[in-house]
Amino acid sequence: MISLVGRTAILAALAAFSAGAVTGFMAAIRRSRDALRWSRWMAWAGAAAVVVATLAMEYALLTHDFSVSYVAEVGSRSSPTWVTIVSLWSSLNGSILLWAFILGVYLAAFAWSTRHAAIDHQPWALGVAHVVGMFFAFLVAGVANPFEPVSPVPADGPGPNPLLQNHILMVIHPPALYLGFVGMTIPFAMGATTLFAARTDAAWIRSLRRWMLVPWGFLTVGIVLGGWWSYEVLGWGGWWAWDPVENASFLPWLTATAFVHSIIVTERKDQLKGWSLTLVLATFLLTILGTFMTRSGVFNSVHAFTQSPIGPVFLAFLAIALVFSVLLLAARVDALAPGREGLGGPASRETGFLLNNLLFTAFTFTVLLGTVFPLVNESLTGKQVSVGEPYFNRFGAPLGLIIVFLMAIGPALPWGRSEPGQLLRRLVVPAAVGLVTVGACLALGLDGAWPLATFGIAAMALVETLQEFWIPARVRARARGESMAAAIAGVVTRARRRYGGYVVHIGVIMIVVAHAAAMAYTSRATLTFRPGQAEQVGDVTLTYQGARVEDQGYRLLKIASFAVQRDGRPAGVVEPRLNIYRRMGQPIGTPAVRSRLDEDLYVSLVNLDMDDQTASVDVLVRPLVWWLWFGGGVMVLGTLVALWPRRRRVPAAARVPAGAAAETGR
Amino acid sequence: MKPTTRRRLFLVVALLLAFGALGFVATSNMGENLVYYWDPTQLRDAGDKAVGATIRLGGMVQKGTVNWQPDSQSLRFTVTDGKNTVDVIATGAPPQMFREGIGVVVEGTMTPEGVFKSDRLMVKHSNEYKPPKEGESVEDMYKSMLEDQ
Repeated sequence: MISLVGRTAILAALAAFSAGAVTGFMAAIRRSRDALRWSRWMAWAGAAAVVVATLAMEYALLTHDFSVSYVAEVGSRSSPTWVTIVSLWSSLNGSILLWAFILGVYLAAFAWSTRHAAIDHQPWALGVAHVVGMFFAFLVAGVANPFEPVSPVPADGPGPNPLLQNHILMVIHPPALYLGFVGMTIPFAMGATTLFAARTDAAWIRSLRRWMLVPWGFLTVGIVLGGWWSYEVLGWGGWWAWDPVENASFLPWLTATAFVHSIIVTERKDQLKGWSLTLVLATFLLTILGTFMTRSGVFNSVHAFTQSPIGPVFLAFLAIALVFSVLLLAARVDALAPGREGLGGPASRETGFLLNNLLFTAFTFTVLLGTVFPLVNESLTGKQVSVGEPYFNRFGAPLGLIIVFLMAIGPALPWGRSEPGQLLRRLVVPAAVGLVTVGACLALGLDGAWPLATFGIAAMALVETLQEFWIPARVRARARGESMAAAIAGVVTRARRRYGGYVVHIGVIMIVVAHAAAMAYTSRATLTFRPGQAEQVGDVTLTYQGARVEDQGYRLLKIASFAVQRDGRPAGVVEPRLNIYRRMGQPIGTPAVRSRLDEDLYVSLVNLDMDDQTASVDVLVRPLVWWLWFGGGVMVLGTLVALWPRRRRVPAAARVPAGAAAETGR
Repeated sequence: MKPTTRRRLFLVVALLLAFGALGFVATSNMGENLVYYWDPTQLRDAGDKAVGATIRLGGMVQKGTVNWQPDSQSLRFTVTDGKNTVDVIATGAPPQMFREGIGVVVEGTMTPEGVFKSDRLMVKHSNEYKPPKEGESVEDMYKSMLEDQ
């Protein structure tokens, strides 16, 4: 029954997206408003259909309807309800359905928000977005069909992969990542449109930037939460391993970040248009490449939970999208009107942005190379290898550090031409603080060239960024007699996007510092305890108090209990555990994590022998880890500041009629 | 040639050169950062190449070879593929599922003394060891372990 509902809904969505694509392109070519209206309605109809299909799947999961293939694959009567709900994205076919669902919602929102946009733009964009929708509806209807009827109907299922039901972060991490990945479809469609129509008016570019910033923000959240999940669940005490799946989410983030910077030059100086659009197209292609890599099982990786016939289909789609993008760029980039102004002098803001883009492109290129190298190597030589972390770190560390350095200089650079003296005066305080920071770290006994350089440069970038708030706010406070807090709020409100960007920078600085410190100054030990035994790691002493077993129905918990002492004072109890899921033999650990602002205590249970009560644990005392997640939160806050809609200044009575007002794209 | 065409051509050539150079630098140091998937026979065949290289060695824990010293945190055992064997010293405690006769993948390197030093040990999830299927490579084995986690 549910199989039928779901399948019908997906076929309806496929039909709607196909019709929407045809009418969209028809509207573009014939400039027909009727066809455009149809295309828009098809977006809403298709979105409604995928919503129905997704709700049908959730209903089947919650009612344990094992006659539906996907429920039989991942459902289990013994799973808690929240696990059952999030099972939608615990395996391949369900996550493709979630993908189609999110794409439908984005497409509907795009059709709604641009319903008054100029006729030149919207039809192309709708048509292209519909084609992507068509592809995913086709996947769900065909090779990735989660609604296959199962006969005979099994009485119970195995439940989702235990690794994925082991932490609450699994509720938000994958959807956030998907919202980022799928959302790149809309900028792609808009970028393609800009090339088709060869129009780059300010409102359209502004709208494109906002549509990029939304998925960029989600992608940021998804990546940070992915690291957090890995830290809280996998038991190795780290958050980033340059795993192909991590790289898959990082690559489009890099190009999207480059775009967020280059588009500022495009908006302000009418320059780098072709380049900005190239970044938009590349970002989308990288999301498809990433999905191909993560979903086809071509790479070994800690996330590879499935292999399926979906790989070749994705590869074909990627190839088509790549050829389409390259041809479109080659054929149409000349049609974009050349920029009105030249770029600035050598020490100008424009140069800063150019350097930024160069660095992000180089970063993308090296990560891409390291990620696809094993694949190319295996198909050429038949030998299986993978590229180790040192390769990525060798490039990532210096590139990342130069980017942070640029963050310290960039905001101080003026548009156009600069006077070297003025620039130096601006940078004196930040540079001095950077040097003092390095000195202070040395005095505290910290060593290592990389972490110290990172702290110094990060301090410089932080002070320069804060200066961007402080200096104009002080001027404003004096001129208007406001308090500093009110003045800062006023300054930020007047240039939300720029200050949102600076807030994001502060979040990045936090993450960079935390990462450098945690990588350099961790105390780590692997220990085997007998009951009553005490051991010291860093400034922490652990005393093993004993083990116990708890039965939770769907899983057994083997728990070891340790009393913690920090600098001789009692600091509570940590209880790392092993979870043994009924239907899986392999135990999954849950490390105990005690976070503080200055350091984390991380205890991961490796082996617990219930007979003689000995417990083997990995213990890490890692500084500043919490700031990684907090920095991620600050980045999100900054994105929200940049995205927050501006209050309309035009009074209602003076508003221009619909057609013209539409040109503003809001 | 029109000046704009020439300028664009120059730009394209410059970009190609830049990326080519970057690619060359990247791939030339990739060799030492590669991780190899080998079984004991392949490891033996590699000879001195195995010393210092990062290797994921796959095979079965030979019966009667496991020696675990909790006090010194030293775990020694022999990995076999039926044809050849490799002695392994692993740091850290054996994971919960670890036992004789089970399939493992150990990550580490070969020492000049002919002992494999590992700092990462993964257990193939299954109660009894099945010898690798015909054509099942170490990488496939490694992948299936990750899936089973």
